[in-house]
Amino acid sequence: MKILVTVKRVPDPETTIRVKPDGSGIVTDNIKYVINPFDEIAIEEALRIKEKQGQGEVVLVSIGAKVASEQLRTGLAMGADRAILVLCDQELDSLGVARILAKIVEKEAPDLVLMGKQAIDDDANQAGQMLAALLNWPQATFASKVEFMDNYVQVVREVDGGLETVRFPLPGIITTDLRLNEPRYASLPGIMKARKKEIREIAVAELGIDTTPLLTVHKMDPPAKKAAGKKVESVQELVHLLHTEAKVI
Amino acid sequence: MGNILVFAEHQKGKFPKTTLVALQAGKEAAQKFGGSCLAAVLGAEIDGLAQEAAKYGVAKVLAVSNPALAHYLADSYAAVLSQLVTAYDISLLLATSTAVGKDLLPRVAARLGVAMASDVVAINTDGTFKRPMYAGNVIATVSLTGPIKVISVRGTAFDAAQPDGQAPIERVRVELKETKMEFVEFNETKSDRPTLTEARIVVSGGRGLKSGENFTTYLEPLVDALGAAMGASRAAVDAGFVPNDLQVGQTGKVVAPELYFAIGISGAIQHLAGMKDSKVIVAINKDPEAPIFNVADYGLVADLFKAVPELTEEIKKLKGE
Repeated sequence: MKILVTVKRVPDPETTIRVKPDGSGIVTDNIKYVINPFDEIAIEEALRIKEKQGQGEVVLVSIGAKVASEQLRTGLAMGADRAILVLCDQELDSLGVARILAKIVEKEAPDLVLMGKQAIDDDANQAGQMLAALLNWPQATFASKVEFMDNYVQVVREVDGGLETVRFPLPGIITTDLRLNEPRYASLPGIMKARKKEIREIAVAELGIDTTPLLTVHKMDPPAKKAAGKKVESVQELVHLLHTEAKVI
Repeated sequence: MGNILVFAEHQKGKFPKTTLVALQAGKEAAQKFGGSCLAAVLGAEIDGLAQEAAKYGVAKVLAVSNPALAHYLADSYAAVLSQLVTAYDISLLLATSTAVGKDLLPRVAARLGVAMASDVVAINTDGTFKRPMYAGNVIATVSLTGPIKVISVRGTAFDAAQPDGQAPIERVRVELKETKMEFVEFNETKSDRPTLTEARIVVSGGRGLKSGENFTTYLEPLVDALGAAMGASRAAVDAGFVPNDLQVGQTGKVVAPELYFAIGISGAIQHLAGMKDSKVIVAINKDPEAPIFNVADYGLVADLFKAVPELTEEIKKLKGE
């Protein structure tokens, strides 16, 4: 099976994010960048599928500046076979991203596209669903279990109030939730091997599609600060205040 | 400005609070921008639901009944909604960012060739929207270009619509191609406790609980003494203490109850993004420097394994009075 996995370069989730004083963006000095954590889960799942089936190919794709090759290299070190980097300096919205990915899918013809359910920078949670619409493919978002049956894939999804199971024939799109798996670390031999693996660069202009964003970010603000509360000394004091002052119990 | 369409999601034959929030957001948008606010109810047998939706002050309910819509499936539901958007001169489509809303709306937007704003917390009169990014560290002001805009709204950002009218119901027939997707089953998390996103009180535990057993031994008696819903931080979910559907945070559920207890939770921004709009926040943590105390209205620096059983007893005493 050929699996395409999307990889986005995002700030490390442990990094403190600050808004620039003029509201034009976030302060990027001293930020460490990593693979979007949900995409890392997608890479891991693709590798496990390939290992279980004993054959197949895992192809990574990222969109962005040349530096995104760092994250692709990490994914290759985890075990992916090769990577594609769509070079694009302009801001994209999720629809633009989906349109680029649809072109890559057309060229690569994978059986399955695995993506993170959302990127932890823009938190949009849209690209997978949009790609599925553009390709008219079935989708299973928020996956916590993926199983292959005779001629379809069965996916357990994390939904409100429980777990939902859906299935569909391939090709299709699956987006990952937190508990699907625990991604591996790249091994030293993996890192060595990754140096020789291919990262093919494609300029976005070569794809011949309109990626003008329809979503514009005008301004960024830090969230409103909450006034500091009070420290209480004991459980008794806490219950007393909740009862008499806050009147919530 | 054309009309506004609210996707009225239903669960187990009822509209959850999150749907009433979407209806309210739709009505507010209609007041700001003009146009009529319509509600779309999709399903197999939905006469009762359509009548229920008609009470919430919308201009019209579009009832789409078809056996193929018995279970929510992204492709067929997206096909129906895109047809409604075109047929009813819709310029704003909205739903709450529940699991279904998140799954469905981007698919509709891409079918229509338009962009979408997720998790909107404010609809401004100038047509812009406010939405969180970077796990809530940033509140962005965004706009959408084009004749049709699609937004999901955060379930805690608007009030629930009140029943205050009686709208006409229009039964709509739609073209449905065969879906490639098949619904297999739904395994409901069995619980006698209130739903996380609807509860008046939420008690959440974090990594400080140290194990899943301790959630049962220490946290659950407090949860039940308060009649609360139980939640957890992502760290507790990651550690395997509790299932992911209890997760409160940017990548889990966003809640805003009247009273929120954060117990053994350090207060990573990702968690704060999911609960900081709660009316009263209580934090119990042994680390006085834990960031959770910056958002807590009442903070108790204590060993939770001592404080929580004590708290449970005090609550029981209070309720017994």
